[in-house]
Amino acid sequence: MNNFQYSRASDVADAIRLLAADPNAKLIAGGTNLIDLMKENVERPSRLIDISRLPLRDIEETADGGLRIGALVPNSDLAYHPLIEQRYPLLASAILAGASAQLRNMASVGGNLMQRTRCAYFYDTTTPCNKRSPGTGCSALDGLNRNHAILGTSSSCIATNPSDMSVALAALGALVHIAGSAGERTLALTDFHRLPDDKPHADTNLGSGEIITAIELPPRGFARNYSYLKIRDRLSYAFALVSVAAALELEGNAIIEARLALGGVAHKPWRSLEAEAALRGQAATPDHFGRAADLLLQGATARSHNGFKIELARRAVVRTLMQATSATPQSQAHKKIA
Amino acid sequence: MNAYVGTPTSRVDGRAKVTGAAKYAGEFAADRLLHGFVVEATIPRGRIVRLDSSDALKVKGVVDVLTHTHRPPLADKDEAWKDEVAPEKGSPFRPLYDDRIRFNGQPIALVVAEDWETAKFAATRIRVEYEQEAFATDLESERGTAAKVDQPHKPRGDAAAALTRAAVRHEADYVIPSEHHNPMELYATTAVWEGNGGLTVYDKTQGVQNVQKFLCGVFRKKPEDIRVISPYVGGAFGSGLRPQHQVVLATLGALALKRSVRVVLTRQQMYSLGYRPMTIEHVALGAKPDGTLDAVTHEAIAVTSRFEDFSRNDTGWGEQLYKSPNSRLSHKLVHLDLATPCDMRAPGAATGVCALECAMDELAVALKLDPIELRLKCYSDRDQSGDLPYTSKQLRECYARGAEAFGWARRNPAPRSMRDGKDLVGWGMATGVWEALQMPVAVRIVLTSNGHAEVSCAASDIGTGTYTIVAQVAADALGLPIENISVRLADSTLPQAPVEGGSWMAASSAHAVLGAAEDIRQELARLAKAMPGSPLADVDAATVTLVDGMIASNGRNGPALSIADVMRHSKLERIEKEKLNQFAEDKSHARNTHSAVFAEVKVDEELGVIRVTRVVSAVAAGRILNTKTGRSQIMGGVVWGIGMALHEETVMDHRFGRIMNANIAEYHIPVNADIHDIDVIFVDEPDDRINKLGVKGLGEIGIVGVPAAIANAVYHATGKRIRRFPITLDKLLE
Repeated sequence: MNNFQYSRASDVADAIRLLAADPNAKLIAGGTNLIDLMKENVERPSRLIDISRLPLRDIEETADGGLRIGALVPNSDLAYHPLIEQRYPLLASAILAGASAQLRNMASVGGNLMQRTRCAYFYDTTTPCNKRSPGTGCSALDGLNRNHAILGTSSSCIATNPSDMSVALAALGALVHIAGSAGERTLALTDFHRLPDDKPHADTNLGSGEIITAIELPPRGFARNYSYLKIRDRLSYAFALVSVAAALELEGNAIIEARLALGGVAHKPWRSLEAEAALRGQAATPDHFGRAADLLLQGATARSHNGFKIELARRAVVRTLMQATSATPQSQAHKKIA
Repeated sequence: MNAYVGTPTSRVDGRAKVTGAAKYAGEFAADRLLHGFVVEATIPRGRIVRLDSSDALKVKGVVDVLTHTHRPPLADKDEAWKDEVAPEKGSPFRPLYDDRIRFNGQPIALVVAEDWETAKFAATRIRVEYEQEAFATDLESERGTAAKVDQPHKPRGDAAAALTRAAVRHEADYVIPSEHHNPMELYATTAVWEGNGGLTVYDKTQGVQNVQKFLCGVFRKKPEDIRVISPYVGGAFGSGLRPQHQVVLATLGALALKRSVRVVLTRQQMYSLGYRPMTIEHVALGAKPDGTLDAVTHEAIAVTSRFEDFSRNDTGWGEQLYKSPNSRLSHKLVHLDLATPCDMRAPGAATGVCALECAMDELAVALKLDPIELRLKCYSDRDQSGDLPYTSKQLRECYARGAEAFGWARRNPAPRSMRDGKDLVGWGMATGVWEALQMPVAVRIVLTSNGHAEVSCAASDIGTGTYTIVAQVAADALGLPIENISVRLADSTLPQAPVEGGSWMAASSAHAVLGAAEDIRQELARLAKAMPGSPLADVDAATVTLVDGMIASNGRNGPALSIADVMRHSKLERIEKEKLNQFAEDKSHARNTHSAVFAEVKVDEELGVIRVTRVVSAVAAGRILNTKTGRSQIMGGVVWGIGMALHEETVMDHRFGRIMNANIAEYHIPVNADIHDIDVIFVDEPDDRINKLGVKGLGEIGIVGVPAAIANAVYHATGKRIRRFPITLDKLLE
């Protein structure tokens, strides 16, 4: 770990000022990922700006019937919040599928969006990695890539985003509220994370000197027909090989509205409006789900070890949509897959 | 002799452990303690051209940076570096000895600072230039270079011919990856500088006297100059049998700086220690149409380092267990640019029996026989490799009791025939086998007139329960309540003990306690009889027993005297007896523990997700000294076996010769969610030949057979035979 300066931001404006003053500064809230990366010398911030005491811990209803969630709400508080449990159980389920109770207690909502890939080469500073050290090359392309991306990859990076929460947020159409020296702006969650292209060192479209202040959920919560299914190498405490967030609005067996997002397959939560459109107006049947899965997975390409993910994702999408249809969402406590 | 032995006595050290009162090697304090941080090589092979410590030395709080060019002298002969567990052949690794890089992660410098954080930070300021050399770390690509080690046994009959003529044959490679132990406690040493050149070394180890002798050799010290203490060990599983890097480095630091030094390895750095070697197990079985075996051949090809030949018995188990007129075994090693492997729970058996028992399952399928029936057809009451009777062998009973508890009779033998909703259900079984070893151990008992006894021995308790069983046996042998027994272990100045491993310590320490307690009994009997007007005057000393604080005759029915009275009368505050117990050599019988393991898996048919929903392990291991800690031992073994079957794998990128999952987030072991019902059955196995108590030891047997039972269950569920471990879902989807 490197030596660093520590400052505590007094308010959001102060955090932005401190960030602007030092291009190598990093914000710290729960620190569940950043501290690990600092211990491994992957992140070497010159300064940590502690925002954990800023007043960004409220969950409040918005005028249009949605929810605004402060960026510092701990993951566990969010997952167990009555409004989330009742109106956005897909989000609660995705959060509880991730990490451990201890980590969820520490991790903030904003920090969850900022967590970095678990690619082993990114973590090992002796190996080439374009994300960690731009221009050095990608070791995963022809190396150990069983856990790596099958969608939206580039020749410079095939890392995945490890978040579960973000996958549900993408499906729900969440917005990210951002503040910076130039003022405030809002991004769709699906535009917040980016694909690697030739700049894999940038995980998100957050500008330098910008800070996440809140997540906003639109009114539609899909509380009846939803499921979050996470497939991993052991039944808990592992990152997703593939995860699926599925949400449906049904009239009888007809699909009025569908949402579908994949985790563990790309540099960002993977959502396809085309796949969702193909479901709208159709009957909720495995055949239609399979076709939507194919659309969602269009363009998927495998490297040497991750080819299984394409078929696994396809099957997982169908299963998750079946769970959503029958209103029997995947339990995160009992690991048997219904 | 049975108030405590054989009962579910709770751990006598349990309270100290859960309250934090138990101190581990990295927790001992010392005046002006310095902290060392290890710098590791980042290439697998070559030499250090330049190691520049100047920037690190400028960091405030850094005291020194030790390297191969800047350190106190180290022994230059291999004999000094060969600890009691070192492979016979080879030249042990010497930390900071020279400029050679022999494996990735090799320690190349020790930064010593006033605090750990400073040392760790300064370590990032060390610049190293290497001259890298061509290297190889991949067993499979280097398989052709495999060299034979001494064959475990001479061949029996003509296995090749028997295989050729076999009516039913099964032959396959089973690949088991390298695995790391990952004990919860990090490797740590606190070397306390005693001022006169002497050191007290608190070390995480499975053998304090092994470490003590090793350090004396490496640093050319007199035995009285170095004392090694390791009162508690937070798991080791074989990784602590040999002295590890950190004890050399901490000692080196203390000698160089004449101050106390602590070195704690990080979790990542523990992946540079020993490991279970990746092994390709080639098994070929030939059977007659009736299901009797005609040929067993087993070839193991395993990883070792370039500088030491580490090998264990992978291949001998089948030819010992199963009747077969013909057998051929061979063990080969591939020398790679890696650290030397080391023992890991049931070394050789965990891997070799895994392959054997998967192969037996495949043979049963080919023969259309129930897997238990096949094993019973080949069952042998004699050790087939030495043609010896066993001191006891209740494996038949293990099959029967295990099958009954599991409900094996309800199994439909056809693969994919049993279902639970979307899950395919599979039932598999396997045999487990291990050796019942016993070693010379000495114990000292000091009985005081207040009715308390201190029992001491250099043996380690690596979490297995040695403190508890020593206290149980002593309490019974001395006729005292267990609360009156205090046990001291794992100090090199205490009576002799070998490393704790191989499942030998329970039997060995228990009988050492019995030996010393017998001397105490004789002394007390002599004193009691000599008392004026003693009611025991006419009683044969050989028949008096110690019970309930009394020196008693005729059980408890004859004349008796209280131990306290006798000692007071004899003006004795204490009676001290130390005795080395040596087991009589007896080559007339084979000594083994056995088990039958039954596993149920549920596999999601579409997604390949595997859950091990039930395991029954029926174990025959002689007398169980403590049914509570014993059951824990077996459960731990089963959990580990589940990990071996489904999760564990040290993943290397052979382009860099580096381990890429050197942490317990990415190196998967089972978590609670992966573990369901585990039923442990101890089958009665009276054994009056093996030793007085009939004890065999339980450390290893719990894991053996478990991975195969699960793999066989996965086959039964899915119809897919996965021969490359761990069985991950991608392999089922392929």
